[in-house]
Amino acid sequence: MHIVVCVKQVPDSAQIRVHPVTNTIMRQGVPTIINPYDLFALEEALRLRDKFGGEVTVLTMGPPMAEDSLRKALTFGADRAVLLTDRFFAGSDTLATSFALAEALKKIGDDFGRPSIIFTGKQTIDGDTAQVGPGIAKRLKLNQLTYISKIEDLEPENGVIKVERRAEGGVQVLTTKLPVLITMLEGTNEMRRGTLEDALRAAKADVVKWSAADAGIDDLTRCGLRGSPTIVKKVFAPEARSEKAKPIETSEQTMETIAQGFMSELFQRQPEIEQDLLRYAATQFAQEG
Amino acid sequence: MAEAPKPNAAASRAGTKRELPEHFKAYKHVWVAIECEHGEVHPVSFELLGEGRKLADKRGVELAGVVMGGSEEAIADAVAATFEYGADVVYTVVDPVLTHYRNEPYTKAMTDLVNTYQPEILLLGATNLGRDLAGSVATTLLTGLTADCTELAIDDEGSLAATRPTFGGSLLCTIFTLNYRPQMATVRPRVLTMPERQEGRTGKVVSHPLGMSEDDVITKVLQFVADRESDKAQLPYADIVVAGGLGLRSAENFQLVKNLAAVLGAEYGGSRPLVQKGWITADRQIGQTGKTIRPKLYIAAGISGAIQHRVGVEGSDLIVAINTDPNAPIMDFAHLAIVADAVQVLPALTEAFRKHLSVNRMAG
Repeated sequence: MHIVVCVKQVPDSAQIRVHPVTNTIMRQGVPTIINPYDLFALEEALRLRDKFGGEVTVLTMGPPMAEDSLRKALTFGADRAVLLTDRFFAGSDTLATSFALAEALKKIGDDFGRPSIIFTGKQTIDGDTAQVGPGIAKRLKLNQLTYISKIEDLEPENGVIKVERRAEGGVQVLTTKLPVLITMLEGTNEMRRGTLEDALRAAKADVVKWSAADAGIDDLTRCGLRGSPTIVKKVFAPEARSEKAKPIETSEQTMETIAQGFMSELFQRQPEIEQDLLRYAATQFAQEG
Repeated sequence: MAEAPKPNAAASRAGTKRELPEHFKAYKHVWVAIECEHGEVHPVSFELLGEGRKLADKRGVELAGVVMGGSEEAIADAVAATFEYGADVVYTVVDPVLTHYRNEPYTKAMTDLVNTYQPEILLLGATNLGRDLAGSVATTLLTGLTADCTELAIDDEGSLAATRPTFGGSLLCTIFTLNYRPQMATVRPRVLTMPERQEGRTGKVVSHPLGMSEDDVITKVLQFVADRESDKAQLPYADIVVAGGLGLRSAENFQLVKNLAAVLGAEYGGSRPLVQKGWITADRQIGQTGKTIRPKLYIAAGISGAIQHRVGVEGSDLIVAINTDPNAPIMDFAHLAIVADAVQVLPALTEAFRKHLSVNRMAG
């Protein structure tokens, strides 16, 4: 079974700042990491490979330095890494990104075998859109399984998968047919450490590097800025909250008085919360009675 | 995986030509997708109707709601509510195939409606359902979609200006879809104001067929387990969350967090170090690599408030910090502070709330 995991190299955490004069993003000196949400997808893919056999390929689109993230993924145990990099991809929005990745995924299928499962993380920590996964699914006509909390059952021979999906107000148990695109929910597993063997292999491994042309993309108007229907007109820092947290009076007070003071302040600010709590208390009372 | 915004490069985009292509000029009116799984409308749909009303009035066009479901009975209340919260028109697609949310039939229903009735703006809630559907619909229609917006506006030329946080909330950007229709956006719950409900307000219903049978849908729903019937942690959906950090000093003291949560009917969780120390399980970790929460009330006891924690909680309506250090980072984004030892404050709060609630519930 062939599984592909799409990952993105992102700036570490939220340490990005806006230049106060030019209003542009200051990326300098901010370390990059694999998007943390993608690690849940990668670990799930590795577990399925360990159980059913086959290969895990990691794919990313980004600047040449995104190779670092792919190599990192290899140290965790991925079998192959593909870097899609070309100046024509610069400035892609989610629609242009899903186009380029879908084309690369077709090429991966041609060269290394059709994937049964394509994984992505739930979303990225820099863009936060959660749109690229569904975009890839639609373009490749894959059955789309977003926000998956558990893979309950997989039968690669019969091409059937059963999953738990985080839906609104509950969990859906779904079954569908391979090939599928899965976006994995956070906190569903813990990334392995990777073996020394994997680390040695990753250091020497050849990362497959494809330009747009290599990936078989000839319509460049669908890539990068030109292929992006959305345009970013303005980027700005949120207004800093001028005041700090309002302190509840605590000096020379008993804990009981402090608690009372807090409760009054809370209910005065958010009367709705008091109503909610009283309703909740009433149901508890009914149950006790 | 969207590329990071590059404001300086925006001018070179093909999308910036001002003249809308001829075939999009007929696209008119503002639409809101009404989320009504299992008979209940998600509040974000009403919030969107409130905002959609303003956008439609500014454009001088109609506001419509889209309601999909398994039967006429199942959606009757949702249709009525959609009018009462401000819609002029409701488009319905009713078919047993639509009983549970599934991507394929919902995407087909929505794209067929858009292609037939041609709205200029389509808004959805940034819920799991809304984000699953919006991504597919936008890709099928090959139009622009701005995710997770916190603010919507119409600019002077009539285009939708969608503002959203990016880089974990440390930046905001305003995004346009100038040359494609519809202009699509998802908006986070509880960001927009809930509009007044106008009892008895009604309007025109337009029904549209799904044109798809159960045999055409590959994905099957075997079961739906509602959260209220499950005992698992429901942090992202809780109205009140109480969490603890290293300031609690010991695993035993974490019980104080649970006690307060029990009285408030709240979910409980903790910062990442507590998971690493084994005081709580990973499914209760709050923060960037754990759960993102957006409750009405968040009480953080003994949590200093590192950036990774901050991005997971700052969507909360009211943040309360209990910490001995008045200069802890959490004080920069909390609304109320109790500068004291959490280990002493928590039992006092538990007792105060317990008393208040047991006395006042009798009055009701």
